[in-house]
Amino acid sequence: MQTPAAQLLPSRANALGSTSMIGAALPFLVLLVLGVTLPLFGGGYWGVIATRACVYWVLVSGLNLVVGFAGQIAIGWVALLTLGAYTTSVLVAGNVTPALSPYLALAIAAVVGAIFGLIIGLPALRLRTFYFAITTLGFATIVTQVALAWQSVTGGGVGVAGPIFPKPFSSLWGLYYFCFGLAAICTWMTANIAASRFGRALTAIRDAEVAAEASGISKPALLTAVFLFSGAVAAVAGGLFATLQSYITPDAFTLDLSILFFIAILIGGRGSILGPLLGTILLTVLPEFAAPLVAWSTFLYAVLLLVIVLAIPGGIAEILDFKNRRPLESDRAIIPRPDLLEPLLGTPPDAGVLTLEQVALSFGGVQAIGGLDLEIRPGQVHGLIGPNGSGKTTTLNVISGYYAQQHGAVRLNGVPLPVLARHRRAHMRIARTFQTPRIVGSASVLANVMIGGTIDGEGTFVESLLSLPRHRRDEAMLRDTAMLALAAVGLERLAPVRADRLQHSELRFTEIARALMLRPAFLLLDEPAAGLSADEIGRLGALVLAIARAGTGVLLVEHHADLIFDICHHVTVLNLGKMLAAGTPAEIRSHREVVNAYLGG
Amino acid sequence: MVESIVLSGVAIGCIYALIGITYNVMFSASRVFSFTAGTLGMLGGVVGSLFIARMGLPVAVGFLLALAGGAILGVVTEIVAVRPVLKSLDQHLYVLSTLALALIVQQFTAIEWGTDARPFPRLFDLARVAFDQRFWLPMLACAAVIVGLELLYRHTLVGHAFLAIAEDNFAARALGLPERSLRMTSYALAGVIGALAGFAGGEMLLAFFGNAPMLTFYGFVPVALGGMGNNRGALVAGLLLGLFQQAANFLVGGIFASVAVFTVFILVLLARPEGLAGAALPRRV
Repeated sequence: MQTPAAQLLPSRANALGSTSMIGAALPFLVLLVLGVTLPLFGGGYWGVIATRACVYWVLVSGLNLVVGFAGQIAIGWVALLTLGAYTTSVLVAGNVTPALSPYLALAIAAVVGAIFGLIIGLPALRLRTFYFAITTLGFATIVTQVALAWQSVTGGGVGVAGPIFPKPFSSLWGLYYFCFGLAAICTWMTANIAASRFGRALTAIRDAEVAAEASGISKPALLTAVFLFSGAVAAVAGGLFATLQSYITPDAFTLDLSILFFIAILIGGRGSILGPLLGTILLTVLPEFAAPLVAWSTFLYAVLLLVIVLAIPGGIAEILDFKNRRPLESDRAIIPRPDLLEPLLGTPPDAGVLTLEQVALSFGGVQAIGGLDLEIRPGQVHGLIGPNGSGKTTTLNVISGYYAQQHGAVRLNGVPLPVLARHRRAHMRIARTFQTPRIVGSASVLANVMIGGTIDGEGTFVESLLSLPRHRRDEAMLRDTAMLALAAVGLERLAPVRADRLQHSELRFTEIARALMLRPAFLLLDEPAAGLSADEIGRLGALVLAIARAGTGVLLVEHHADLIFDICHHVTVLNLGKMLAAGTPAEIRSHREVVNAYLGG
Repeated sequence: MVESIVLSGVAIGCIYALIGITYNVMFSASRVFSFTAGTLGMLGGVVGSLFIARMGLPVAVGFLLALAGGAILGVVTEIVAVRPVLKSLDQHLYVLSTLALALIVQQFTAIEWGTDARPFPRLFDLARVAFDQRFWLPMLACAAVIVGLELLYRHTLVGHAFLAIAEDNFAARALGLPERSLRMTSYALAGVIGALAGFAGGEMLLAFFGNAPMLTFYGFVPVALGGMGNNRGALVAGLLLGLFQQAANFLVGGIFASVAVFTVFILVLLARPEGLAGAALPRRV
């Protein structure tokens, strides 16, 4: 019996979704109208400033995916602006090749920019925060030095003339509309990404990297796409910048400019499109209102950055987020609906048995697990208990690929699981939760749960950029499934709420909903009852049991002996990394050593 | 020519190593890399030139004022940019707050001092002792700092407390060590070392606001190669960097040197993100 998902749910959430969509699009429409009608209010000087804001935004929109969404601190992005400006100018001037048309030169610059975006960005896969920041800074310095020294091509300190686009884009307002059009397209494309599974996956990499891995998100593949895109638009911005400046020298590309781009995003707020857009406009226009401030502008940006970091880390976007200031109901109970698990999980494929054979692992001289055998069967709950430090979580981390066992094997239906390949576990339908919930706090509960289904989308990054049909189908599918998963764990009323406003117990159920998005053959729960009230533990137990009944094999790491004995089909007791006892709950309860060592007599 | 390559290479290398040590001293106390490390070096040169060349104060007074300026910026860094974000789980915040502070100081210098590189005064009216003072001053400063830090860490109670904080912050606090004031002291010390680097290298680097980002980058290379918090590693890596850079400068031109240094830096970091002599990553799950 397959009930259509949408019928099972209150329709309120869907209606709420569409009104908030219109609300979210409104500021962009206002900006669009203002931008199109700008020549009516402003003189030529404002045309130049507005064009500059558009050019900057073309770059910032791409950088926003890197900094605001993926959370990579790329402070030297001016390098790509420089690269794009010189590539376009040099190709149009014909210093190296026969002179090319500006459009072709701009397209070539985009390709070059994409390649260099990837080169600058790839260290981010290995390096964290400060290291990555400083490599981008170093790159920016080098590019300027090369531009200065490579005189035969770049003209050295004398510089080179910027390209001039043919009519109708040769006039001031013509160029403005050209840049404005590109800026609008960039806004649309990055907003599409932000609202796609790729955008959510990026925020997961930023705020909850282990959860991203457990959901099967491949950081290298995703960041590669983002760096290619971001590099390409930055280089296009460079070409436009050269046109606007009409003449470029290495002096035009100071680090101040890089800082402006970077700060525009942080002032705007991470994980937002509108915020950084407003930030870019603000930082471009602000110095024009007060001429004496121009010399102090970078100083003021830096002060602004410090204030933002210390006082409002959420930026403009957080200030504009009115919807999440409404108080939540204070006495809200989590009432799971196990009857929804069947339509959610469907009929699980026969994944076979997950077995651990003589798995051993030591850290330094400390033995964490010493030769453990374990068998997790579909449709059963397997409990793993033991005192602190007995190796429960370590066992779970070996299964999900965070640690590599030194001896023994973990097999799925007889086939060894690849060692340390964390994001491949999700493709094998092995899902997990974490001892401390790993959640993207600034995203909605619904978006957090949708992260769990990332690998089930079919559309590519490019399809999402352009909002092609497959992208829209993926999004609709993920949204419906996530609402169903939320309803199954009893949280559907909190779907639109920012996740960091939830209580601890609600975060635990959110994690379970996210894990269920994988339609897991095996579900590994790491102390899901910790911090829950007695009532909630009871409901959790019923939910876990129902998940197992739907055909999923569950490994339950827990301290609450009552919960374990209530719902497990099989229990393994660990002590100091070794198996102390194994059997049915009834056998364990009467096992003398266990009672003495752990349960208390 | 070999002589001048070696001399300038070692001298510049000593400055890089000192900035690397500045990073390390701050890092040991707080697990934070601060963008103000290079700014401190820049400030040492500018403040020294301001007091000695422009205002005509005696060298010793100018020297002490430059070091005091460094110490003040160090303490300000701790109070403004490090302490407020230290508790935050969000790892990126300290990068942004120290970057902001570094930019504020750098821009302020650019506006008030000017954007041109200005000469740094000759400190001693000495005849040439084996080689010129602009080379031996950085070497002397570097040797003094290395020896001084070794003595401090090994033979004084405060030094032991620094080591304890660096080794295990929680355990040190549990033992009742005044973590906050030790951290402030470390930042002041780092400020003095950074300013000393800029002051001693003033004649080579000049009093120039643009030295800040340059030293921030090249001073971090020894840290990345030598291992976080490892001063001897920073010294060796700094000297190698200086020698390599000067040799490449003379032989094949500065651009190649920059590109080569950058490439080596990236490759080493990619191969060993924790540095050539660094420690492993902490537990994540």
